Parts: sequence; structure tokens; C-alpha cells
Amino acid sequence: MTQHSNLLEIQHLNLYFGKKHALKDINLGIPKNKIVALIGPSGCGKTALLRTMNRMHDLNPDVKITGAIHFDGHNILHGNTNPVRVRRDIGMVFQKPNPFPKSIFKNVAYGLEINGMRDSAEIRQRVEDSLRAAYLWEEVRDDLDKSALELSGGQQQRLCIARTIAVEPQIILMDEPCSALDPISTGKVEETMLQLKEQFTLVVVTHNMQQAQRVADFTAFMYLGEVIEHGDTSRIFKHPEHELTKNYVHGRFG
Amino acid sequence: MMPKKLMQILGLSSLMACAAVVVGLLGIILFDMTGKGVQVLSWEFLASFPHKGMTQGGIFPAIFGTVAITLLSTLLAAPLGIACAVWLAEYAPNHAFTRLVQASIRNLAGVPSIVYGLFGLAIFVEGLHMGMSVLASGCTLALLTLPSVITTTEEALRRVPVLYREGALALGATKWETMRSVVLPAAVPGILTGVILALSRAAGETAPILFTGVVFYSRFLPYSVFDEFMALPYHLYILSTQHHEPDIARPLAYGTALVLLVLVLALNLVAFIVRAKQR
Amino acid sequence: MRRRMFWDRLFERIFAGSALVAVLTLAGIFVLLIINAMQAFGTLSIRHFFSNTPWNPSAYEIPTFGIGALLSGTILTTFGAMALAVPVGIGTAFFLSEIASVRMRNLLKPAVEMLAAVPSVVIGFTGIVLVGPFLARLFDLPNGLNALNGSILLAVMALPTIVSVAEDAIHAVPHTYKEASYALGANKWETLIRVTLPACYSGIVAAVMLGMGRAVGETMTVLMATGNATAFPDSMFSSVRTITATVAIEMGEVPSNTPHYYILFACALVLFLITLAVNVGAEHLASRLRKRGQ
Repeated sequence: MTQHSNLLEIQHLNLYFGKKHALKDINLGIPKNKIVALIGPSGCGKTALLRTMNRMHDLNPDVKITGAIHFDGHNILHGNTNPVRVRRDIGMVFQKPNPFPKSIFKNVAYGLEINGMRDSAEIRQRVEDSLRAAYLWEEVRDDLDKSALELSGGQQQRLCIARTIAVEPQIILMDEPCSALDPISTGKVEETMLQLKEQFTLVVVTHNMQQAQRVADFTAFMYLGEVIEHGDTSRIFKHPEHELTKNYVHGRFG
Repeated sequence: MMPKKLMQILGLSSLMACAAVVVGLLGIILFDMTGKGVQVLSWEFLASFPHKGMTQGGIFPAIFGTVAITLLSTLLAAPLGIACAVWLAEYAPNHAFTRLVQASIRNLAGVPSIVYGLFGLAIFVEGLHMGMSVLASGCTLALLTLPSVITTTEEALRRVPVLYREGALALGATKWETMRSVVLPAAVPGILTGVILALSRAAGETAPILFTGVVFYSRFLPYSVFDEFMALPYHLYILSTQHHEPDIARPLAYGTALVLLVLVLALNLVAFIVRAKQR
Repeated sequence: MRRRMFWDRLFERIFAGSALVAVLTLAGIFVLLIINAMQAFGTLSIRHFFSNTPWNPSAYEIPTFGIGALLSGTILTTFGAMALAVPVGIGTAFFLSEIASVRMRNLLKPAVEMLAAVPSVVIGFTGIVLVGPFLARLFDLPNGLNALNGSILLAVMALPTIVSVAEDAIHAVPHTYKEASYALGANKWETLIRVTLPACYSGIVAAVMLGMGRAVGETMTVLMATGNATAFPDSMFSSVRTITATVAIEMGEVPSNTPHYYILFACALVLFLITLAVNVGAEHLASRLRKRGQ
């Protein structure tokens, strides 16, 4: 992971929830058009780290963050950076599928409309493309006006992915996107992820080590708020340098 | 062991008796008003003006006036109340001003309605030169119902899952766009319930309109919002306490009470249905 | 993008501005009452106002304004109402939250809400047509328009508030408390009296206070049902006139900016301060309960 090829560069990042020091001096690069997995036991700060990457912590007044995340020539944590801008470029798929209580079509079109797309033919085309890219088109093409809440959990999650793809962000953050899904849906979502890497850069939080090995090019192992070790996925799993990493990937704790 | 069991039976049945009293009170009121009110109900009673010193004719202007001030007050209170609730639920930082706003709303809810009436008299009728009018009464009632609109809307907003907000924000929506297109639509049933209950409250209030616009008799319907008006609650008050021939006025008073009750309870029923559907 | 951020900021300001209106309204009411009441105390000494001077604004020579009789009317009807509404209200709240089956609850809760929705003027009307004649017959009185009648009606008005606030407080008592009590062999009634009630005591006091605030400030029911004599009451059978009723009766007839007008504002200020104190007290208790719950 060399400096110049990284799309996102996290430097000396610290995060506090009130008094609790939740992320400690994180340094990590996210390379372009790759999938990076963040693994580690529950409570190690994976999700907290992911949410700093698109300023989701802004919603919580108790959170204090220091350090920098460089993206596209800016520090996205800087007070002058507009979080709306950041989130448009760095999208997020959540742990629990969260489609809006609107129709399938409107869920995907939503991001396009707020970003100023007015031409309905163009919106229609983009919705179709996004649903195809999320492998959902064939299943929903005839009921685009149906409420998104009537879809199954796996379909809802792929809808959320389609919704995110539609606005064409550069990076897609995924917070344990399959933890609420059954194995078949999980397979479909993973397939989607591998396709998406052609066009996007993905950062995926997962507690499923098989999933990390199946989809991720790079893996970072976190423990108690620190990145213990990161590198090629195969190396992290086959030849971990750190004792903690070794114990974790071999399932000795979690 | 016996006294222990006896105590329990006595205790629990006295609690049940309390509940029975509450239901009984409601039953007595509804039964009496309906039974005696129905006798004077007719198309003429609902649709004509009172005449012969209010011993004959109907209550149409009172119905009209009540509907007018109720709608006007809600038209004023709903946007203001919803906006205030949005600020409290979505924007308010945890600092002194927020606590001041919350405390003000709680205390406004406890201010007696007659005090609202005085406030309306001094501010709207005299201060802003609205005179005794539909507008002054509407404004006064709007202030009176504001706290309940705020409280119910705030609760409705807090029930909208955080995940919806995060989903919209993660797509690059601004906070306002998130509110307008995702959060507020999801909270509509709850907000609607609150607004309907505010309508019902405004329709039944008397004290706030006493000095701000209601009159006991008017030969005309209010032509504009600057005119005086008749209203059902005040009409009932006049018929039952101020009339020179109480025996003749009594049936008309019952009819008026029934119409007012039906109006208010129907609004409550609608609110109840909206809320039930939501679940 | 700049346009979108503009709307975002504009609406944030609109929302904050609306919140400001709520604060300004309360402050406005307070300031207005004080300013007008101050005018009254230019011509009338505060001591005189709060003494046992009779309330006689239409006296031929020198009108006198003493709030004493009116205040005692308010206090008498309010406490009478509380004596009736508190046991029934709290009993109903316990029944609702601890004993009633789901079906019963679904029937009873709307009934309480409906009772709350009945307009005060309709309650007042029942005071004239039902409660009054009933009291007159029961106690052999010339008419039934007296403090007791007002108390009964105010109890009806305060009941829904007491029931719903008390029920919330009872509901907030952790299940584990009750389970621990059952595990020690206590029956339902003992658990209720010795565990649940002490655990939600401050919430119940808050409920009673809010109900009281409701009764103190209620206008139309007492205006219609208590007879409105301005003398000091001797008993529950005396005709009384509350502060609220006095303002309602006289404000419509006095010319603006006269001493009498300002004195009515002073009466309203007294009323406002009483209800404010009651509400702040209730809120203080409720927040103490919330904190302990955490």
C-alpha cells in the first residue's frame, strides 16, 4: 500500500466517546478499486472507524475526533469541509438494511433527485443500472412501485447498495452488510461487492473471517481501538506477524 | 393467611371500583347529553339562526363560528408547533437555551386557559388592534394548543428510526432534505394525531375566546376574520346560565351540548383511528 | 450545492426561530401580567389586596378589591376536588397498569382519553343539570350551586390527568422489583402497596400536582356550578367564586385601563404564579424519578 495509490489516507486518528478513548492513533491507507476489510472482535472500534470516514459521527455531539483523513486533496475531518459533500462521495451501507418507507423506485431515485437530477428518463435509466449492478433488477423489475419494506432482508440490503451506487460515490463503506442476512442473500451481496470493485473502492467491516477472505484484497485487524496489523488478506490470514492477529484469525477469541 | 388474602381481595376490588367510577362518570355525561340532546336535534336546529331571544331556531352561526376559529387556530399552530418540535427533536444542542425552550413548553401547557384569554385580549385585541374578532380568538387558541402540538410532534419524530436519517445523510442529503423527504413523511401519522387533538381542544375551549371575539348573539355570520362570531361552547354557557327563561332554553342547551360533544369526540375518534392504523 | 446548503441553513434558522416563539410566549404572558398588575398596585396596596377586604368592585362609593375571598374559593374547590380525584385517579391508574387485562386496558384507556376531551363547558353544564339538583335533594338545599358541586366537577376534570401521569409512573417501575417481591412470597396486593407504590411515589405526587394545576386554572366549570357569591365561604355548601370565575365574569364588563381592569390582571398573575409553582414542582419530582430510573 504505497502512499500515492491510496484514495483515502487516515493519519493519527483518535476518537473519543465522551471520556472513552475509542480509536487510538489510527494510520491506514485505502487503495483505489480494492476491497479493504476491517476485522476484529466486537467493540474494537471497526464501526467507529468506518463512520469517521464519512462524518457520520457528526450526529453525535459526544464524539470528539483528532487527526486527519485525506481524500481528494482535502482533510475530510476539517471543520470547513462540508459533510454533505463528503457523504455524497463516500457512501455507506448499514448493518441493518434501512430502505426508506417509500417505493423501490423512489428509494434509488432519492439520492439522484436531491443531487439535482431532474430528467425523468435519465433517472429511470440510472435506477435500472443501479439495480442491475446490485443484482436486484431481475427480482424487482415488475414491481418498482411496491413499498421497499415488502422486500426480504437480503433484497432490502441489495436495494440499499443500489441506492448508494446510484449517486456514484467514489468509496462505499459497508458496516457488516451481511450480518442480518441468511447465507444465500449473503452470497448474493458478496458477489455484488466483487463486481462493484471494478468501479468503486470498498471498505467493509465484518466479523465473518470467511467473508473477509472471500472478498477482501486487503485486511486490517483491529483490537481495543488500535490497528494491530494490516496488509494483503492472504498474508494476514496465513502469516500474521502479530500474536493477537494470529489468535484472532484462528478463532481463539472473538 | 386469611387476613392476607382478604386484604388482597378488598384492595384489588377497590381499585376496580375506582376504574368503574371513571367509566361511570363518562357514561353518565354521555348518556344524559345524548338522551336529552337528541330530542331537539333536527335539520332546522343545525342549519338555522336562533330567533325569538334564542328560544327558537337553531345554532348554525355557533357551529360556523366554532369551526372557523378552530380551523384558523390550527392553521396557525400547526406549522409553528411542528417547526418548533423539529428543532427540539433534530437540531437542538444540549445546552441552556434548549432546556429553556423545553421548560417553557411544559409550563405553557399548564397555564390556565383564562390567562391565555387575558393575554389574547391585551396582545391581539388591543395591542395589535385586531379587535374582538375571529382572528384574535384564532391566534389566542393557537397559542393555547401550541404546547400539545409541539409535544406530540416531538414524540412522533423521536419514534422515526435513526437508521432512516443515516440512510439519507449517507447519500449526501442535507439535514433539511433528510427531514423533508424521509423523517417528516415517516412521522406524519403521529403529527396528524397531535394536530387533530389540538383541533378538538380548540373547539371546546371557552375561556380564551370570552374577551377576544365571541358574542352571544349575532345576526350575521362573520364576513371576514375581523368580525365577531358565535361559538358552540359560549352558546351553551349563555343558554344554561344567562338566559332569562331557563326552562325554555334548557332543551336547546342540551342540543348545543350534544353537538359540541359529538364534534369533539368525533375528532378524538379520528385521532384514535389514525394512531391505531399506524401500529 | 451552495443553493442546497442555503436552504439547509435557512430551515435550521426557521426551526430555531419557532422554538424561540415558545419561550417568548411564556415570557410575554409573564411580563404582560406583571406590567398590568403593577399598574393595579399603583392605586391599591398589595397588603390590602391580600387581606380579608371584601371583593366589591361595584360598590357605590369606594370599590374594594380583596382577593382573599376569591382565593379561598379557589383553594376550597381545588382541595375538595383533590380529595375526590386523588384516590379514584390513583386507584384507576393502578388498576390499569397492574390488574386490567389487555382487553380491559384497550377499553379503559380510550374512556379516560374521552373524559379528558369533554369540553369544560359541558362538564359545567352537567353541574347545573345533574350534580346541582342531586346535591340539593341529597342535602336538602335551596339549590346545588356551591363549592361541593364545583369540587365534584373539578375532580372529573382533573381525573384524566392524574390517571395518565400516575399510570406512566407506575409503568416505569422495573419488573425486577415486583418479581423479587413475589419471590419472597408476597401476594399481588402486598407487592403493590409495599413495593410498587413506594417505588413510584414521586411520580404519583407529580400526577396529583398536575391534576391540581388543572383544577386551579379551570374556569368554565366553576363559573357555571359554584354559585359565584363573593363572600368568604363557611363550608362546602357555601356558594363561592374562584379567581378564574371572577376574571371571566368581570373582564368582559370593565373598560380597559381602569384600576379594576388592572386588578383583574393582578388576579390572573396570582393564578399564573400558583399554576407555575405547581407545574415546576411536578416537573422537578418527575425529573428526579427519571434520573433515579437511569
